[in-house]
Amino acid sequence: MKKNSLDKEVLLSRFSRLNLRMDGEELTEQETALYDRQIRVWGANAQRRLTKSHILVSGIKGTVAEFCKNIVLAGVGSVTLMDDSLVNEEALNANFLIPPDENAYKGKTVAEICCDSLKDFNPMVLVSVEKGDLSARSTEFFEKFDVVVIGYGSLATKKAVNEKCRKLSKRVAFYTVDCRDSCGEIFVDLQDYKYTKKKLEEKVECELNFPSFQEAVSVPWKPIPRRTAKLYFAMRVIEVFEENEGRKHGECSLLDLPTVLEIKKKLCEANSVSESLIPDSLLERLITGTIEFPPACAIVGGILAQEVIKAVSGKGEPLKNFFYYDAQDGKGVMEDISNSFTS
Amino acid sequence: MDTQQQQQQQSFIQGAKVLMVGAGGIGCELLKTLALSGFQDIHIIDMDTIEVSNLNRQFLFRRSHVGQSKAKVARDAVLRFRPHINIRSYHANVKNPEFDVDFFKQFDVVLNGLDNLDARRHVNRLCLAADVPLVESGTTGFLGQVTVHVKGKTECYECQTKPAPKTYPVCTITSTPTKFVHCIVWAKDLLFAKLFGDKNQDNDLNVRANNAASSSKETEDVFERAEDEDIDQYGRKIYDHVFGYNIEAALSNEETWKNRTRPRPIYSKEVLPESLSQQNGTTQNCSATDDDSTVSAMPLLGLKNPQELWGLTQNSLVFIEALKLFFAKRKKEIGHLTFDKDDQLAVEFVTAAANIRAESFGIPLHSLFEAKGIAGNIVHAVATTNAIVAGLIVIEAIKVLKKDADKYRMTYCLEHPSRKMLLMPVEPFEPNPACYVCSKTPLVLEINTQKSKLRDLVDKIVTAKLGMNLPLIMHGASLLYEVGDDLDDIMVANYNANLEKSLSELPSPVINGSILTVEDLQQELSCKINVKHREEFDEEKEPEGMVLSGWTQSPATNGESASTSNNENEKAVDVTESSSGPEMASKKRRLSETQPENDKKETENVESDDDEIMEIENPVMVSKKKKRVE
Repeated sequence: MKKNSLDKEVLLSRFSRLNLRMDGEELTEQETALYDRQIRVWGANAQRRLTKSHILVSGIKGTVAEFCKNIVLAGVGSVTLMDDSLVNEEALNANFLIPPDENAYKGKTVAEICCDSLKDFNPMVLVSVEKGDLSARSTEFFEKFDVVVIGYGSLATKKAVNEKCRKLSKRVAFYTVDCRDSCGEIFVDLQDYKYTKKKLEEKVECELNFPSFQEAVSVPWKPIPRRTAKLYFAMRVIEVFEENEGRKHGECSLLDLPTVLEIKKKLCEANSVSESLIPDSLLERLITGTIEFPPACAIVGGILAQEVIKAVSGKGEPLKNFFYYDAQDGKGVMEDISNSFTS
Repeated sequence: MDTQQQQQQQSFIQGAKVLMVGAGGIGCELLKTLALSGFQDIHIIDMDTIEVSNLNRQFLFRRSHVGQSKAKVARDAVLRFRPHINIRSYHANVKNPEFDVDFFKQFDVVLNGLDNLDARRHVNRLCLAADVPLVESGTTGFLGQVTVHVKGKTECYECQTKPAPKTYPVCTITSTPTKFVHCIVWAKDLLFAKLFGDKNQDNDLNVRANNAASSSKETEDVFERAEDEDIDQYGRKIYDHVFGYNIEAALSNEETWKNRTRPRPIYSKEVLPESLSQQNGTTQNCSATDDDSTVSAMPLLGLKNPQELWGLTQNSLVFIEALKLFFAKRKKEIGHLTFDKDDQLAVEFVTAAANIRAESFGIPLHSLFEAKGIAGNIVHAVATTNAIVAGLIVIEAIKVLKKDADKYRMTYCLEHPSRKMLLMPVEPFEPNPACYVCSKTPLVLEINTQKSKLRDLVDKIVTAKLGMNLPLIMHGASLLYEVGDDLDDIMVANYNANLEKSLSELPSPVINGSILTVEDLQQELSCKINVKHREEFDEEKEPEGMVLSGWTQSPATNGESASTSNNENEKAVDVTESSSGPEMASKKRRLSETQPENDKKETENVESDDDEIMEIENPVMVSKKKKRVE
């Protein structure tokens, strides 16, 4: 009732921002009003950087839907969605971006339906759909983006896209995310990353060097500290299993357990570590828990969005380079896994 | 989790009836996650309506919903993606009498997504009385926490002292501010209240000068506007009085300034052009406004950006302009206004007044955006933390429904990892045997029984400290006071008469050694208060003239005299800081063990060093973090 005329202004400001916004330009009045509470958290500069960032997201299941909602609300510049799969019953499970009306989603891809819902959350963010296969895209394609997020991707896709991002002269922040049963994994590659951190009252410049996805998943297991999350190892076993068998995310069942255990045995042998490193029960959970657990999606999607916001705004210490959540023990842990263990 | 376990879990979820209190930042996320997780019967209470500043995180709301009930809009939005579940919304205050113990008893679990201490305490008591488990939550910026409260099994929400609202000594506010927040408190609680609030309220606005040159009558008159007084003249008179004359009066107390920087009196003629009214045609320019909350001085002065820092002149212009607008556009409200962070004109006035005062005292000025945050105690909030916390609430709710008591956890969301953890689970505490809420431990009240009136006891202790909503006070079998709708006139007259009597003059005299019973029938809470007579109280340290002790402190460390010197004593002018933030307890907490003990499959392979128990001191860690958030 108070501000009916604002919608038009919002649209206008959206266009003016796209065309005219330059570095250091002030946020509009509408932006300040809408983002008031979060500007109080990360400041107006960070908000300005957010509104200029372009995010590519592929593989939109529950966790990624949560992530998309969070960054659209935060007010990034644009979100480009890639997921050509058709909406089915399973897709509805943890993805609140899909209305359960068959007439509405029939014949549409997950990306198209989610795009419609996300636009509605924040008219100041441009949400669009990109069709086609992510792994087939050229290196130049990724140059348009500041952040690339691969949800539930195959080992080959994750490696290939990460390599392409790394070839670009501009730094593209790269993330992968995966949720199974009530567990989740996030991988982060910010390459060489500088950020400011507040230490007491002073601002300190810090620098971190991230390994590529390829490097991070092929670190020898033996020198990795024993207290490292078991999920790191378990997820590598599952990745190899899906790669060998040509399975997509979630295409597995208890029947696959013997094959998975065989792969675990091989990997442990190759790394000269005891097989007890990876509990069988954990692997069993990961292959049988194919239905997403919505609370875990909310948690992992929330952490991922927080990290992307940090990386875009250059504020705060980023997660390096894996994050694991397991609802069973309730812990959300950061693991820094790089070749530094061997030296 | 195998299929059978999964089905079992789903049947717990589907059969559950849950109550959500709060449909705001956490509430929106929670309702969504509950619906996705398979909950089918959800009731939701929220008294608030939607505002623009909610839209950055309360994703179930759109701009077109501004002004509508949060509970109702949230319900409608979730039903769109889960049409076949039952959601019932109540656009009401959870403290309303219809939400009594019987109402609470119908639920299997209560989930809180509240933004204030008062309502949290109220819900805690009803959950205890109804014996319904409570999952409690809070967020500020990137910090968050979720806790589980099950009667008899874990501590209740009030088992540990919550940080008292930040308060400042009166003289810091009235005479010797050193920080911008002091100027804000002065502008909001003293000046704004004096000019636009209840005239009958006590107000320390005027400096008590050594030489009583100005009689109190004279100073009172300054704030009264004569019927025919020119509004511009009036504004300048107020300006000169509070920023000029009052500062000069304060300067005359030489003692005060021996070790302090002397403030500079500021008069309107130094900063403002002689005639303002010709420059800004106040009344003509804003005739289009039809809503109180949109009346604003800024556009009239060409000020647009709330994050911009105004100089002394700009602040002075805003001060005069805002004051004029109150009289020109909102005259009817004058006399009963209270500061509200969503009232643009009030925010402008308070910002300008605080800045002029800051200038006087050599304190750095602040933008309207910053001043609004301080004055409104605005909670920093982002969508991500709320989403994470909502996920954690649902996980605990499911454990509560399965009665999986060994697995209950309090979980903290941290901004910076502690022992690699961003989400840190901690085992819940047992109930505190000294808690007056869940363990009925008697309280001790030191009070001057001859001088203090029953009214003081009701206002300062029963309402303010014990958080009671519909209290009843008994001494032995004699009923001294009660609140309720069903009282007859004679009783009301009796109680009103009692309120004005000192404790020792009551029909059943309350003296040293008396034991009072204080009850809240709605909250079904009853507690005993042992009365100790004390003659004198320190005016600065104990301005309430009474000291309540013995609650939420463990008896072992609660020395008799030590208990009277907690931070409650500093209370003076009150600035409530966010009470919704994570309230990390001061006890040492034991981290939960890595592996669930009863999960045999996993324990076979557990490495011993994973089972380490670590003790951490939460408040240190968190207070550091809070600083960094800002």
